[in-house]
Amino acid sequence: MDVLFDILGSANFWAAAIRIATPLIFGVLGALICERAGVLNLGIEGIFVAGAMAGWLAVYLGAGLWGGVLIAALAGALFGLLHAFLTVILGLSQHVSGIGITLLATSVSYFTYRTALPDVSSPPRIAAFQPVSIPGLSDLPFFGPALFQQTPLTFLALVFVLLVALVLYRTPLGLAIRAVGDNPASVEAQGLSVVGLRVGAVVAGSALMALGGAFLTMSAFDAFFFGMVNGRGWICIALVVFASWQPGKALLGALLFGAFDAFQIRLQAQIGQVVPGQVFLMMPYLLSIVALIVVARRADYPRALLQPWTKGQRH
Amino acid sequence: MTNTPVLLSLHNITKRFGALTANDGISLDLHRGEILALLGENGAGKTTLMNILFGHYVQDEGDVRVLGDGGLTTLPPGSPGAALKAGIGMVHQHFTLAENLSGLANIRLGTEPLLSFGREGAARAKVQKIIAESGLDVDLDRRVADLTVGEKQRIEILKALYRDAKVLILDEPTAVLTPQEADGLFVVLRRLAANGLGVIFISHKLGEVLAVSHRILVLRGGKKAGELVTANADRRAIADLMVGKAVATVVRTPASPGEVLFALENVSLHGASGRSLSGVSLALRAGEVVGLAGVSGNGQSGIAALISGLAVPTSGTMRLYGETVSRADPRALVANGVARMPEDRQHDGVVGTMSVADNIAIEEVRSAAFSKMGFLDRKAMRERATAAIAGYDVRCQGPEAEARLLSGGNVQKLILARVLERGPRVILANQPTRGLDVGAQAEVHRRILAARDRGAAVLVISEDLDELFALADRFVVVHAGELHDAGPSEGLDRGTIGLMMAGQSHLRTEMAS
Repeated sequence: MDVLFDILGSANFWAAAIRIATPLIFGVLGALICERAGVLNLGIEGIFVAGAMAGWLAVYLGAGLWGGVLIAALAGALFGLLHAFLTVILGLSQHVSGIGITLLATSVSYFTYRTALPDVSSPPRIAAFQPVSIPGLSDLPFFGPALFQQTPLTFLALVFVLLVALVLYRTPLGLAIRAVGDNPASVEAQGLSVVGLRVGAVVAGSALMALGGAFLTMSAFDAFFFGMVNGRGWICIALVVFASWQPGKALLGALLFGAFDAFQIRLQAQIGQVVPGQVFLMMPYLLSIVALIVVARRADYPRALLQPWTKGQRH
Repeated sequence: MTNTPVLLSLHNITKRFGALTANDGISLDLHRGEILALLGENGAGKTTLMNILFGHYVQDEGDVRVLGDGGLTTLPPGSPGAALKAGIGMVHQHFTLAENLSGLANIRLGTEPLLSFGREGAARAKVQKIIAESGLDVDLDRRVADLTVGEKQRIEILKALYRDAKVLILDEPTAVLTPQEADGLFVVLRRLAANGLGVIFISHKLGEVLAVSHRILVLRGGKKAGELVTANADRRAIADLMVGKAVATVVRTPASPGEVLFALENVSLHGASGRSLSGVSLALRAGEVVGLAGVSGNGQSGIAALISGLAVPTSGTMRLYGETVSRADPRALVANGVARMPEDRQHDGVVGTMSVADNIAIEEVRSAAFSKMGFLDRKAMRERATAAIAGYDVRCQGPEAEARLLSGGNVQKLILARVLERGPRVILANQPTRGLDVGAQAEVHRRILAARDRGAAVLVISEDLDELFALADRFVVVHAGELHDAGPSEGLDRGTIGLMMAGQSHLRTEMAS
């Protein structure tokens, strides 16, 4: 019990939880936008890799940090465009296309890395984003170091939570995106373009996913490693269901996962001699499965998720 | 009515789907303040014509002209956006609503710049004004998923009016409504027409067309079969115009009931509400049709599930040919001569993505008729399907056509062919003609009575009392999971059945005494 309170009582633990949650927030928001429009994007894992590689490489080759972020988003948007072309315009299976995108984006990223840097043995480093202090807030006892000493990308992720919620619930565009994921015929009958909305949502969602990857190489670490995404994209796919496709709950889910992960790292340090380390590594995933079982049985899926739309066909 | 200006003019519209000509040179004019009924059987081309008008389909020939600022102007084909802009509103048979959104959100959808804020208040005010003028009363803030079918339809109409529609097209609007809701709709439509709207009302139900329209246009086989003013129209003449030949009336001869083939004895069934039964007894005799009346959701689906082999009684006894049935085993029941026509025929009656031949054989794939040494005998399946298509007039491209492409009437004929060709001894016909046109209806009724005369025991479950009176030799009424015997259909009237449906079965005995 003492161990538990020691961990939960440290500001350092909460700061780590938010840091770990950041790429998940980007990823789950991106997946949420795609799925709200009716398109499952299993390319997410590969798009994370592409974002991580493209952003890092741009900075390594001389771009500014924010320039790198932009390049990462563009890389994600490009793979999103491919996914949208295959699933929305050609109406192919979203599962198959998504997995294809993941394999393609991953290998293209590795290939580009190797081609650009053929001779390096240990991964070169860049000057990554540093934590920023917010005057006043960062100096608060406990809460300052726990919540307000993060890198700019973490704050950007939080801004995006607000922005996505605002667009989704407060603008006609959000109305149209939610409608097209529920019943494309409703959008078509009101004179809007089903294809336009879905392609737009997939491209924008994919750009956000890539920012999740960029955070890894430009903020959490300062180099690009193979295998560094390590299933974070897949976690986001589960988190969207956990969040019932709502941005607020998506943030909560990502933070919860981040907290579990930060917790297991610390627990491992404390009682790692007794229990094998792999058990701790398993913990967040086990807990996310449990959370899914509890929450997702009542999940209110977008009704048109996975269904291609062909104009003029009988439905 | 024809002295008001023309709002809409279709000129010589032709549309072909492969070899099928769905619309063949159809022209029509719609005037301001007029309700024009487009009447025809299923497959006559009504919906195709309206889909062309609204831009869902592109016509092969002809054009659509709408009254604009500079007189009648031609609409660009294949553009719902242009149709909306020109003031054409359409209420589809299958609603085009996003169920996760509120009614108001569905109405606003697509009418505002995509990135704008704070327009909800103005939208709400405008919708409420329309509601006040039209009488289309509905809660705008509830999720559409939680609205009744009638309320969803009101949202659909509001959607069109919100966009200042001059022409409102309603595709089979009453198919999903209760009689009371339909009457309410007619009141609204008359009011809207009086305010200057032009309405096109698509239907295959003669009665309601006569009740609501000013003018009737009859389509048959993709062509215009006739056009008449409703006030001078004769029911019989229109029916013949629709079908193209005199409609044969089905005559039920007196029954000669034989032995009991299927029986429920004091059966109770626990299950979801609307399916539960308590202490129900029922006997189906050879050569007799029993009609089961009742307001939907009072236990009909429970009785249907029992006869279909999808459930067994929680208590009490179910007997087939005198032997107790204690296991839910649909295959055994089918093999023993039970025929089932399910309520939701598109969903439970056929596998949409499989061919007509597959669907014909699907209940008997293990029998020697359709298999050889454990393999499907495709030749036999195709032959049976070809015979069924000819014998039961199933209109489709052939035995290999996918079942989902068939219209409702043709799916029902396919199911009839499947179950009746086996010579079943017990037949469950659940809503056998719901949504079918006059011609198909008569055909289904004729087949059911022929099976009775051959000695089958038949249970017809229907919400259409006219249908029950046409078919049933004896009535039972279900209410709140209990079954009441109403006796032979001779001597019964709609009023008595209606009271029993409302749960006042004791009145019958009181009236008799």
